Amino acid sequence: MPEIDAVDRQIIDKLQGDFPLCDEPYAAAAAQLGISGDELLTRLQRLLDAKVLTRFGPMVQIERMGGAFVLAALQVPEARYDEVTALVNALPQVAHNYRREHTLNMWFVLATETPQGIADAIATIERDTGLPVFAFPKEREYFVEMKLAARV
Amino acid sequence: MSDRAKLDAIDRALIVATQGGLPLVARPYQLIGEQIGIAGEEVRRRLQAMLDSGIIRRIGAVPNHYAIGWTANGMTVWDVPDARVNDLGARVGSLPFVTHCYRRPRALPAWPYNLFAMVHGTSRDEVREKAVVIAELLGEDCQGSDVLFSTRILKKTGLRI
Repeated sequence: MPEIDAVDRQIIDKLQGDFPLCDEPYAAAAAQLGISGDELLTRLQRLLDAKVLTRFGPMVQIERMGGAFVLAALQVPEARYDEVTALVNALPQVAHNYRREHTLNMWFVLATETPQGIADAIATIERDTGLPVFAFPKEREYFVEMKLAARV
Repeated sequence: MSDRAKLDAIDRALIVATQGGLPLVARPYQLIGEQIGIAGEEVRRRLQAMLDSGIIRRIGAVPNHYAIGWTANGMTVWDVPDARVNDLGARVGSLPFVTHCYRRPRALPAWPYNLFAMVHGTSRDEVREKAVVIAELLGEDCQGSDVLFSTRILKKTGLRI
């Protein structure tokens, strides 16, 4: 696991939302953390390079612009796991993909600009892999708030 | 649906320009504006409007949960009666440790579960303890359950349009 210090932890914990919309936002955010804008930029680059952060920027809720997010799963034979991973990950519509311990052992999220885009992506994956896709579109959202404080 | 905002070409260009991340420069909005041909001030105004309308959930750091210590990630799944799922989903979603909670279709016979609640922990035991709390909340309405631990992030780029 990459080393992170107390300032990094502050960055991770305080900057998961509400990033300022002013002309020099890094300097403004840095001031609240008691560091300079340049230091914040250097640390963000380091955290991104070390893959402590996967991204720094806007999180788009594509459904609010007419698109769709769908959770889907595959039952991938062990011997084909790497090959199928490459085929699935090659689609830009696959926003994330996780290996999970279950007979359904690959779980990914499709994100597309139109609902039809989901059907197209599923058809592509089924054609490329020869495996049936189990789609689990959300029927109702009860809660979403993905903000976790650093525990290291 | 009435709350779905129609995205114009400039908003779309703004999303395309920022979906990989904000530029790490002192004046990122100014730079994005130069890239897509509008003023930095207009970039900021449009980002604010998309935050207000919910097209953008938030702007900030997206951590890799494994790297910040949340090494156990369990997708807990539950089979509850359809007539009760909305009430139960709202209650499970309000538990402080549940980060996402959705109703989803079953895929019978292989997949009997209709309620999904994502739970993170620093160990599998911590996730299992949290799953017990959910099971207790569901009580007799729980007709079956499972916890699917993730063992690897295969991809995590986020949305790309």
